[in-house]
Amino acid sequence: MKPHTLSILVENKSGVLSRVTGLFSRRGFNIESLAVGPCEEPGMSRITIVVIGDDEKIEQVMKQLNKLIDIIKVSDLTENERVERELALIKVTAEPGTSRAEIMQVASIFRAQIVDVGAKTLILQVIGDTEKIDALEKLLRQYGVKEFVRTGKVGILRGSKTVTSLK
Amino acid sequence: MKTGAKILVESLQREGVETIFGYPGGVVLPIYDELYDSPLRHILVRHEQAAAHAADGYARASGRVGVCLATSGPGACNLVTGIATAYMDSVPIVALTGQVPTNLLGNDAFQESDITGITMPITKHNYLVKDTADLGRVVKEAFYIAGTGRPGPVLIDIPKDVSTKVIKEPPVPEKVILRGYSPTYRGHKRQIEKALQLITAAERPVIYAGGGVILSNASVELVDFATQLGIPVTTTLMGIGCIPCDHPLNLGMLGMHGTEYANFAITESDLLFSIGVRFDDRVTGKTDTFAPHAKIIHIDIDPAEIGKNKRVDVPVVGDVKAVLQDMLLMLKKNGQKDAWLKKIRHWKQHHPLKCPQDGRLHPQFVIRQMSELLGGDAIIVSEVGQNQMWTAQHYCFKHPRTWITSGGLGTMGYGLPAAMGAHFARPDLPVFDVAGDGSIQMNIQEFGTISHNKIPVKIAILNNRFLGMVRQWQELFYDRRYSFTELPSVEFVKIANAYGIEGVKVESPDDVMPALRAALDCDGPFVMDFRIEREENVFPMVPAGAAINEMIGGHPK
Repeated sequence: MKPHTLSILVENKSGVLSRVTGLFSRRGFNIESLAVGPCEEPGMSRITIVVIGDDEKIEQVMKQLNKLIDIIKVSDLTENERVERELALIKVTAEPGTSRAEIMQVASIFRAQIVDVGAKTLILQVIGDTEKIDALEKLLRQYGVKEFVRTGKVGILRGSKTVTSLK
Repeated sequence: MKTGAKILVESLQREGVETIFGYPGGVVLPIYDELYDSPLRHILVRHEQAAAHAADGYARASGRVGVCLATSGPGACNLVTGIATAYMDSVPIVALTGQVPTNLLGNDAFQESDITGITMPITKHNYLVKDTADLGRVVKEAFYIAGTGRPGPVLIDIPKDVSTKVIKEPPVPEKVILRGYSPTYRGHKRQIEKALQLITAAERPVIYAGGGVILSNASVELVDFATQLGIPVTTTLMGIGCIPCDHPLNLGMLGMHGTEYANFAITESDLLFSIGVRFDDRVTGKTDTFAPHAKIIHIDIDPAEIGKNKRVDVPVVGDVKAVLQDMLLMLKKNGQKDAWLKKIRHWKQHHPLKCPQDGRLHPQFVIRQMSELLGGDAIIVSEVGQNQMWTAQHYCFKHPRTWITSGGLGTMGYGLPAAMGAHFARPDLPVFDVAGDGSIQMNIQEFGTISHNKIPVKIAILNNRFLGMVRQWQELFYDRRYSFTELPSVEFVKIANAYGIEGVKVESPDDVMPALRAALDCDGPFVMDFRIEREENVFPMVPAGAAINEMIGGHPK
C-alpha cells in the first residue's frame, strides 16, 4: 500500500468530477488529495488525485476510470521522475511584540511568503511537496495556527516527457 | 422549426427504433404528444420497471438497442432496477426520462429526482440535456455508446422545456467522435499467437465461454474453433446457447449449479480458454481453487475485466468475434486430445443431471417437456432463482439469443416484462417465461400489458409456494428455519382470467405436455400454474466459497 499520484485528463463537462470521485468511493478508496483545473488542451481539464492502495487495486481503478466516456486519459505518475507541489495558506497567531519576528524567520527558512499582516495574525503562503508543508505546519503550531488551508497536489513529469505521452 | 420532442422522436427513428416501452407522466407530455401520431410503436406497460426490462429483453433477443421511456421522479426511479439489470449483463438499452424544467432543476420541484446522479454507477454513460440544440447529437451518441464496445445502458434525461422549445434543428454530425471512447475490436496479433501456442500445446484444454460470445454474435466462430481442435466447451449462465446443448463438446453450464462434468473438467484442465467471461463468484467458487492447474487465456473487449478476479497468463483485449476469426485464420490443425475427451465422456456418462421420475410433479420434468415440445426454436426467458437454474440445466438450448435471463443482478420480476420485449424483437418465435410463484408476483401487473396488447407470451409458473432458492439455502445452511420464505397459495389462473388471459392449473406429470401444447396453440398469452414438489432443490450445488469440484447433491465419485 503506497500513495499513487494519478493524473486524469477529462472533458471539461459538468458532472465529470462526480463520475470520477464516485468511482473511487464505490470501489472503497479514500482520496487523499484532489486538484482540478484547466490544462493545455482547450475544453479539457486535468484532475490530479492521490490515493493509497496496492498496485493491483490501483490498476483496476485506472481501468475502470478509463471506461468513463468523459475521461480521455489516466496516467499513474508514481513510478516516474516528477515534480509535485501543493500550496498552503496558514493563518498564524502573531500578537505584535511577541513571536512575530520568529514566525517571519521560520517563514523565510521555508521560503514561505507573508501574504497578509493583520493586527493579531500573519498569513503565510507556502509552496512545496507534502512533507515540506507538513513540517512547516507542525513548526507553526506552537505559535497557534488559527486556520490552515491547503490545495490538492499537482504533478508534472521532469524533462520533455509529458503526462499525456505516458503509457 | 421543430420542438425538442419532435427532434427526439425523429432521432429515434433515425436510429432505426421501431418499438419503445414506456409510461406517460407530467413532464413527458410533450414527448407523448409527439408519439401520438408517430410511426413508432409505443407499448404501454403497467410499471416503469417493466419498460426497462422489456427494452432489455428486446435488446437481448435482437442484438439491437432497446428503448424505454418514463417520466421524471418516480417514473425515472422505477427504471433503476431495470437499468442496473442491463448494466450487469452488458445489455444495450437507451432509457429516456423526462425531467423538471431547467429553471427548476435542483429545486426539489414536484416529481424531481436527480436521475443522472442516481444512475451514474449503473449506466455506461448518461446525459442531462440542457439545450434543445444538443438533443439530436446526444441521441446519436447514446445509441453509439450503448451498442458498441462492451454494450450497456445509457440514460438521457430531458427537462420539459428542452422538449417544448422550438428551434431550427442543427445538423447532426455524420459520425460520433468521442475523445474518451474508442473500444478495441481487433486483438493484438502477438497475443493471439501466444494464445494459439498455449492452446495447441495443451493436453486438457477447456473453453469457458460467456455472455460476451452471445453479445458479439460469435457462436459460429466459437463452435468452429472448438470443433476444429476438439476442445470441450462449458458456458456460463449468460453464455448458454452459444453452442448447441446437444453438441458432443458441450459440457453445459459450470459453477455453483453447473454440471458435475463441467466443474470436474475445469478443475483438471491444464488450459482454460476464457472467452467473453468475467470470472464471477457464482462461476469460480473459491478463486484459488478455480482451474488450479491451468494456464489461462482471456479474451474480452473490456480491459477492466482482464485480471480482475483471477490472474491471466495471456490476455487478449478485443471483440470476441474478431479475435476468434483471426485465430481461425492462424490455426494450424493438430491432433484431437483423445484421452481428455474420453475422460470427459466418462464423466458425462456417470454424472448426468438428475431428473426424478416418481410419478410426482417435478420442475425438472416440466422443463424437459418444454424442451421436447419446442425443440430449441423458441425464446425462453426466466425469472430468478430455482426456476432459472432448472431451466438453465434442463432445457436444451440450440441457438444464441434464445435464452434470456438476469444473470449479474439476479432480478426477480425480470422475466415477464423481458419476455414482452423479446416478443417484439422476434415475433416469429414462441416466447415462454419460466417463473416461480415468488418472482411472477414481482411484476404480475404486466398481465395487464400482455392482455391489452395481445402479446402471446406463455408463462410457466413453477409454483411451490416458497421463495424456493432462499428456502433451499435455509434448508441446507440454516437448519431448515424457513424464515419468511413460505408463500400462501395463489390461484394464478384466476388472476390471469381476470386480465382476460387463458390459463390452466397442472398438478400431475401427465398433464404437463397437454398444458404446454395448449399454451403453444393459443394465439394470445397463456398462463400455466404448475404445482410442483414443494421442497425440490437445485442440484448439484457448490456451497458459497467452496471449490467448484466440491459439489453437493451430485453423484458419488
